[in-house]
Amino acid sequence: MRDLQQIWVYLSANPLLHLTLTLLAYQAGLILYQRSKLNPLLNPVLIAILLVVGVLLLTDTGYETYFDGAQFVHFLLGPATVALAIPLYRQFDKVRESALAVLASIVVGSLTAAATGVGILWWLGGSETALLSIAPKSVTAAVAMGIAEQLGGLPSLTAVLVITTGIIGAVLGPYLLDLLRIRDWAARGIAIGTASHGIGTARALQVNEVAGAFAGLAMGLNALATAILLPLAWYWLF
Amino acid sequence: MLTYLTLIFCCQLVGELLVSATGLPVPGPVIGMLLLFAGLLLHGSLPADLGRVADALITNLSLLFVPAGVGVMLHLQLLGSELVPISIALVVSTLITIAISGGMMLWLNRGRATARHNRGEDT
Repeated sequence: MRDLQQIWVYLSANPLLHLTLTLLAYQAGLILYQRSKLNPLLNPVLIAILLVVGVLLLTDTGYETYFDGAQFVHFLLGPATVALAIPLYRQFDKVRESALAVLASIVVGSLTAAATGVGILWWLGGSETALLSIAPKSVTAAVAMGIAEQLGGLPSLTAVLVITTGIIGAVLGPYLLDLLRIRDWAARGIAIGTASHGIGTARALQVNEVAGAFAGLAMGLNALATAILLPLAWYWLF
Repeated sequence: MLTYLTLIFCCQLVGELLVSATGLPVPGPVIGMLLLFAGLLLHGSLPADLGRVADALITNLSLLFVPAGVGVMLHLQLLGSELVPISIALVVSTLITIAISGGMMLWLNRGRATARHNRGEDT
């Protein structure tokens, strides 16, 4: 038998190891989430990220090595985004009925997300890098990274802020909406999708297809609105 | 099934090509989603197998965010020194955004309610 050191060297250079680690960590998160009867606090993405980061730090593995394997999962984000056309099509009659309300809520939500995020962090004394990177935090990761780069922020920091925002919205959003007595599935979907993009949409889809369709639409339109409005607003203001 | 997976990939590819050709500030997959949606409207119905492929991709949508989220380990230092302001800004701003966009949608759409949210479940 080869010694463990050799086996480890072989495994850690193979994409399969970190791909499997990602899937296992997510399964663990999913099991915890289901055992808790879908308690939003036990968000599977959050649990999976913490588990993977823990394992990588313990085994002294760099992010790039990890990403060599995990990129196969990451890649599917694109096709999955395209596939959001299907819940949207299934619910199109409901969306069309309230098209103007949908557009107005998403555009106002997009501006609110950027203005309050930057405003609060500036007021609390955040660094310029952090301010530029937080501005597109409610937009789906790929677009947000592009916007941050355009503004002069750090795209990889933006990715982290985007995902944290998604988790915050998916975890706390349902409680806030209950508190505000917003029980309409369409309004709940728009709120979660505008504020917390794909992670919020994923959560909405698990609960109700109407909410999921509106959330997916909100995610797409918010990406569009923020990508156009934020650089313009930034240019006018500074 | 493979036909429809190919169709989804093609929509994304055309989206990416349109973005790089025109310099649109939108990601390729979002354009791909709009293209597929327009195609469905033109076609007039949803092929059952396309529904199945899309559902398979979407069911595990949140898994797909894990690799990017693990990137948090690259920024532990900056996040450490600004942890409190960044956390407050993210939480408060996200909650305000949810309240404003959800409240506005409900208000603009009053009188035309869709299926109501039942107690005991949540989105």
